Parts: sequence; C-alpha cells; structure tokens
Amino acid sequence: MDFTSLTLADISRSYGRRWALNRVSLRCEAGEIVALLGPNGAGKSTLLSVAAALLTPSAGRVKYGEHDAHATPALRQRIGLVGHDLYLYPELTAAENLLFYGRLHRVPDVVRRVDAALERAHLTSRRDDAVQGFSRGMRQRLTLERALLHDPRLVLLDEPFTGLDDASTSALVERLAELRANGRIVLVATHDLEVIDGRIDRAVMLRDGRLVALPPAGGSLRDRYRRLGSQLT
Amino acid sequence: MTLLETIWLVMRKDLLIEFRSREIVYTTLFFAVSVMLVFSFSFVREGVAVEGAAPGILWVAIAFSGTLALGRAFERERQNETLRGLLMSPAERPALYLGKLGGIMLLLVAVELVTVPLVAFMFQAPLFRYPGLMAALLLTGTLGFAAVGTLFAAMLVRTRSRDVLLPLLLYPITVPVIIAGVRGTAALLQTAPDLPMARAWLSMLVFFDVVFVTLALWTFEAVMTE
Repeated sequence: MDFTSLTLADISRSYGRRWALNRVSLRCEAGEIVALLGPNGAGKSTLLSVAAALLTPSAGRVKYGEHDAHATPALRQRIGLVGHDLYLYPELTAAENLLFYGRLHRVPDVVRRVDAALERAHLTSRRDDAVQGFSRGMRQRLTLERALLHDPRLVLLDEPFTGLDDASTSALVERLAELRANGRIVLVATHDLEVIDGRIDRAVMLRDGRLVALPPAGGSLRDRYRRLGSQLT
Repeated sequence: MTLLETIWLVMRKDLLIEFRSREIVYTTLFFAVSVMLVFSFSFVREGVAVEGAAPGILWVAIAFSGTLALGRAFERERQNETLRGLLMSPAERPALYLGKLGGIMLLLVAVELVTVPLVAFMFQAPLFRYPGLMAALLLTGTLGFAAVGTLFAAMLVRTRSRDVLLPLLLYPITVPVIIAGVRGTAALLQTAPDLPMARAWLSMLVFFDVVFVTLALWTFEAVMTE
C-alpha cells in the first residue's frame, strides 16, 4: 500500500482552551521538500504529530493519497518520523536499536539494511556500543537512520539539524536531496534557515496555530521569513 | 510479522534493557522485602506469626512492588519518547500491549520467586503445601493486576502527576483481584486447607483476567492515539 501525497485539510487541534493548530491546510506531493517554519511554540511539532497520525486532530482530516490516515493503520509502514526526542533506547546498542525498529517495521533483509544504515551514519565502529554513551550528534545521525530504515514514503523531520556538526549537516542535506529524487514526501520543521535555503521546494510558516505560505522569491529564506513574520504581527 | 513475533520482540527488548540496568528488579525487590520486614516487626511475636497475616502481607507486597515496576517500565518509554517510536510502527496495538504486559509479568514473577519463599520463612506460612494451586493463584492474580496496570501506566505516561494517579486509579479497580488472591491464599494456608474454596477464588481470578485483558486490548489503541 502506498501513496503519493499528504493532505492536511482544515486541521485544528486544541490542548484544553489553547488552539495549537487553527484550520491548517497543506498539501505536499511526492518528490517535494516542504519546510515548516515558525517561532517556538507555533505548533510545528503538533502539526508533524498530526501528519504522522500520532495525534488525532480536533477537527479536519489527514489523508495519505486517497486514504484516511486514521482509518488505514497499514500506511504507518510508509511513514518515517524524526521527532524532537530521538526514540532511541539508551541501554541498547546502536545495532540493537535499529534491529528492533527494523523488525517492528517488517523490514526485509533487516541485518544487511542495518549494517548499511550504520555505515551511512558513520557508526559502524560503534555498532555494539550502548547509545547512552553517544554524543547528541551521533544520536541524531542514528535516529535519522532509524526513521529511514523502512524506506518510508512520507518523511517528517522535526529539527533534524540539532546537534549535527558541519560534515553531518552536509550529509543530511545531501540525504534530503536523495529523498526528493527518490520521490519521497519530505516535511521538515526547522530553525536552520540558512542550511535549507535553496534546497527546499517551498516553505510555509506557522504562527499562533495558523499556516501561511512564504513568498517563493524576494531574497533569502531568512529575509522572507522575517518579512512575513513582521507582516503578521 | 505475526502477532506472536511482535509480542516477543517488545518483550525481549524490555527484558534486555532490564538485564542491562537491573533497575526495576532491584528497586522492586528492595521495596517488597522492606514491606515484609516492616510487617514482620508487627505480626511476628516471640518467633510466632499472627495467624492469617501471611496472605495479606504477600499480596500487599506484590501489589505495592508491582505498582513501582509498572511506573518505572513506562517511565523508560517516556524518557526518550520511545513509546511514540513504537506507535509509529505498523505493529498491531494489541501486540504492543501484550509485549509490554509480558515483560512486566516476567519481572513480577522474578520478584515473586524471592518474596514468596521469604513470606513462607518469615511468617511460617506453608505456601508450598499445594505448589500447583499456589502458583496458579499467584500467576492469575499477578496477571489481573498487571493487565490493568499496564493499560493505566501507558495511559498516564504523559501526565505530569502520573506517580500519584497510577495507584489512585489502579487500586480501586484491582481490589477484586487482590481480595481473590488473599482469600484464595488464605484458604490454602489455614490449618485445614479448604481446596474447593481456593479453586473457587482461582476461578474468580481467571474470570477477572479474561475481563481485564479483553478490556485493555479493546481500549489500548484509543488510549494511545491521544
């Protein structure tokens, strides 16, 4: 089962009396990288959780292609999420973490895929070390491999550049381009505007739970983001 | 991947983590032994235990230490949001629940392997007179308690006051299980053991297990989605 688009239609989500998302609509297509920008607390992580079908919206619908996200649990197989937290077990080794998630996602030939993933993360020499001894950057690289191990169609990334050094940041940027070339749908929430500038297809901004598209031209991504931000205040 | 494979995968992961940290087994055992020691000062006079005290002490130790184990087992999943990692997978929700339940059950059984002989020794309770029936009472009682506890611990994992709320929700609902465990054990320990009564309480425990596990399997997905 597969899909080629993500549709968020009139999504609202409240926590008590506070609206984290207010009638947000967004459509992303296969082979597209969409940046989700906005200040802290704007609702970016909530939007990613809703897109991943981890949170049920208070109103609105999430669709993977033509399928309703909550009615088709089998489609979870096609979603990869790098959250703010890393979803790694600190007591387990790098290889054990990937093997566990790989088996849970029914990845075929999982041992070979895990070896390849560890090599991509430059963690082959640390494969049998417990994750609790890893630096933030190493954990971040491992968690990216965890999220991509099962070859998801929809890739949701929440601050994926956090803790990465220059080399790892460049590697991740290249990986994003690869994902786009392979027809993946990539939605990335980030504050690292300079890193993604010129490497994304379009950007949208969340502010106070509302979604606004950034103009496609008119200076750097940072300039456009600032300009839109000041227009909205 | 079949349901059983997923259950085993989750259970094995939990046991591997516990084998490396030994955190739950040590703290739970320490707590259970402390409870029994405190009771022994009150219920053992001049080397003789008060009649009928042992079943209550045994099940209080199991319930209290079980609550501790349940809290810690899910605290681990919360710390790095690994529970979300589990929920992102296409694995069936009932399998995830049963995997967590299986891991907790095995940990509690390991704790009982130490606490039961200790209760037998400290309170001169003939717990091994009918080992089959006693083991069945312990297993079914522990399963009923852990079935509800696993569901509530998972449900409360993201609430701030989960440590307070877990016992508040858990004990009122599992009271029938604890009572059945205590009465069944008491029927076995009395001077003239009442085997039909012990079997009747065992049947009650099996009934509670079926009801609690079914309800938990039914509600786990809805509870976890939020």
